[in-house]
Amino acid sequence: MKRTRAVLPLIALATLVPLAGCGLVGGEEADLQVYSARHYDLEEAFADFTEDTGITVEFLYGDDAELLERLKAEGDGTPADVFMTVDAGNLWNAAEQGELAAIDSPELEGAVPADLRDADGRWFGLAMRARTVVYDPEKVDPAEFDAEDTYAGLTDPKWAGRLCMRDETASYTQSLVASLIGLQGREATQEVVEGWVANDVQIMSNDVEQIETIAAGGCEVGITNHYYLARLLEEDPDLGVELYWASQDGAGTHVNISGAGVVEGSDNAADAQALLEWLATDGQSAFVDANHELPVNPDVEPEPLVASFGEFERMPVDASAYGSLNGEAVEVLEAAGYR
Amino acid sequence: MLVAAVVAAPVVAVAVYGAAQGPVSLPSSTGSMVVTTLLLLAGTAIGTGVLGTGLAWLVSAYDFPLRRVLSWLLVLPLAMPAYVLGFVFLSTFDYAGPVQGALRSVLGEDLPGLPVRSVGGAVVVLTLTLYPYVYLLARAAFLDLAPSAYDAARSLGASRARAFRTVLLPLARPSLAAGLALVTMEVLTDFATVQYFNVRTVSVGVYLTWKGTYDVGSAVSLALLVLMFAVAVLATERALRGRARYHQRGGRGRGLEQRRLHGWRAATACGAACTVLALAFALPVLRLVTWAASALADDAGRVVDGRFVEHLVNALVVAVVAALACTLVSLVLAHATRLGGGRGVRGAAQVTTLGYAVPGAVVGIGVLTLFVGLDRLAVALGSANGTGILVTGSVLGILVAYVVRFTAPAYQAVDASFVRIPPSVSASALSLGAGPTRLLSRVHLPLARGGVGVALTLVLVDALKELPLVLMLRPFGFTTLSVWVYELASENFWEQAALPALLIVLVAVVPVALTFRGGADRRG
Repeated sequence: MKRTRAVLPLIALATLVPLAGCGLVGGEEADLQVYSARHYDLEEAFADFTEDTGITVEFLYGDDAELLERLKAEGDGTPADVFMTVDAGNLWNAAEQGELAAIDSPELEGAVPADLRDADGRWFGLAMRARTVVYDPEKVDPAEFDAEDTYAGLTDPKWAGRLCMRDETASYTQSLVASLIGLQGREATQEVVEGWVANDVQIMSNDVEQIETIAAGGCEVGITNHYYLARLLEEDPDLGVELYWASQDGAGTHVNISGAGVVEGSDNAADAQALLEWLATDGQSAFVDANHELPVNPDVEPEPLVASFGEFERMPVDASAYGSLNGEAVEVLEAAGYR
Repeated sequence: MLVAAVVAAPVVAVAVYGAAQGPVSLPSSTGSMVVTTLLLLAGTAIGTGVLGTGLAWLVSAYDFPLRRVLSWLLVLPLAMPAYVLGFVFLSTFDYAGPVQGALRSVLGEDLPGLPVRSVGGAVVVLTLTLYPYVYLLARAAFLDLAPSAYDAARSLGASRARAFRTVLLPLARPSLAAGLALVTMEVLTDFATVQYFNVRTVSVGVYLTWKGTYDVGSAVSLALLVLMFAVAVLATERALRGRARYHQRGGRGRGLEQRRLHGWRAATACGAACTVLALAFALPVLRLVTWAASALADDAGRVVDGRFVEHLVNALVVAVVAALACTLVSLVLAHATRLGGGRGVRGAAQVTTLGYAVPGAVVGIGVLTLFVGLDRLAVALGSANGTGILVTGSVLGILVAYVVRFTAPAYQAVDASFVRIPPSVSASALSLGAGPTRLLSRVHLPLARGGVGVALTLVLVDALKELPLVLMLRPFGFTTLSVWVYELASENFWEQAALPALLIVLVAVVPVALTFRGGADRRG
């Protein structure tokens, strides 16, 4: 019968949909569900956590903004217990939107410095990254950098044609500029960004490419997260790109955090809190080292490669400024023609 | 109508959501984003139009060595996700890449950097990945539609070029317009590729506003701006088609009489097609293979493990089901349009294709909102755990989202087949007592077989490559190949990402090859 031909897709659909709906999704349900916008080496850290505590964890990786929208849409019915993301501004925003529950944990308060966590206990920083200057030592003498305000110092005409930076869609760029606005005000920051643009800064779409371009001689100075350089140095110790801790005689180097909070609709807040506490203490090294990040817990040492960059002063993190000024940062970047 | 309403619902939900935000301030740079978008659209439309039509003409009107193989190989770039090609292109041609490195070593270190990151670069990459849409539809038109008119023109003394220009092109206009409409909508919603090239389109604006200022309302308003672009494109397409309805009479077209090329002409023809293929497909695949090999040599355990198969199966199941569903919806729509033909049905059919022009993440919000609403409704009506299957983050959610988003390419392909079925055929079947269902299964479906095959393939390939929707709607533990590539690529682990990326390409090649190889051989 010819008719079967039209019916066939229908039958296939009818059988496949439940199959797809149940069969593939199934599997054991873990004790804790984590929505994470960060994915590197979570699996290993979570496996260690399960070994230590017997609490099982599964995580769903996605983009910050999308995961937050999903949390908002799911409301009380959300399967998530922990929301983990990679920018203080994002953490602040999630708390502002009422998606994170306040928890009271002396252990976390002891382990995480005050500026790296929410005053109301809705989120806690768990790993730190520094966004600083890297350079080609054959062409740049580090004494050329402005030790007081290294970021603004790059507007000096002597840097014309020598700079590489990351594009404005990157949250890294946005939060750096937002922190500058918080520190110096919008007008001064506008001048800084315009100064970079006036110096013909080359805009790259990822940090690794910035460093590789410097290594290949395409530019001399870039601004990047410290762990990208660490990662490339791990592969090739003779890369020929060095790190300079920015603004050490001034406000300190810009840092940002990855962190997490307990989800408002969580049905297992106690275990969720235990996970955060473990990540900030016993699990700190497992959580930060593989990605060459900096521990937030001052009692935990960074891994050797990162430690070799030397100690540095960091700019205090003002999450509400990073978050609330991020929109202005985008406007400043847009207005300056940063592209 | 009902089907159309269901498919369009999330898009409407988004529109309502956007409108409910009240007056929002569009970013100050909206003007320049619009200009950039127009430039990119124009560039890519011209690029794909010329390349797609030109290649289709080349393989239909001439015969040269390798023509038969090339005529279907040229479809393969369809299987290459634009974001992968964009990255490969940049890593090859950027300052630190091998090409500029080699140039510098020959011409001296002072060679200024090439302006790779520009609208021009984005146009090149988008053209190379998207031209197959135009090529496919143009070739089908040249094959099925035009031989008699073309032969008449030739016999009246028109040169080949003249016959092509004055007879074939106008006749193929509806197909070309449909192809270009698809290309344009792809370009409109592209985010990843243009971002590599530092090109600020309105879609980039949507993401910047959303993620930079945490202002979902303004972002959705911007997305509505993208939608307006799409409506304009579709209106243009309709206008281009005009009232023209070219029906095929008699059996299948036997194709154009082909002129055999010899010597340098043959070499040029073959060379041109091969160059396109090499740039759009062979080189990127080679580069991916190199990366994959180096990643495997580095640490095979990190690249391949048990989840590899799981990711592959997940990707396949979702893509296959989505392809079937989209094609089914398109068939019903095209069939209803043919039967009823009313303005309402036709308009509804158009609305369902709009999902293609909404950025994936925005469709995702629409579907989420809708599902959560349904779930709450079910709870309110007394069902204890909601609708059960309608919980967010189910594979069903992804499927619905895919149908919303990918009905457009399926519908374009099916519709293109339907318009070539003379109305008299449908009318005779009906007058002979066939019911609407019988008409669909016995007459329309067999006649539109070609279009159905194309529709299935297009959706299958699109769904395999798709990222934002599956990333946003997937349940715990559900990872597809594209999500996997993204997880690795977003952290710049491109060497590890190469293998799954390669796998997407390989899997996508299978249906492309099956569908279009047959098409090339059919006419012998």
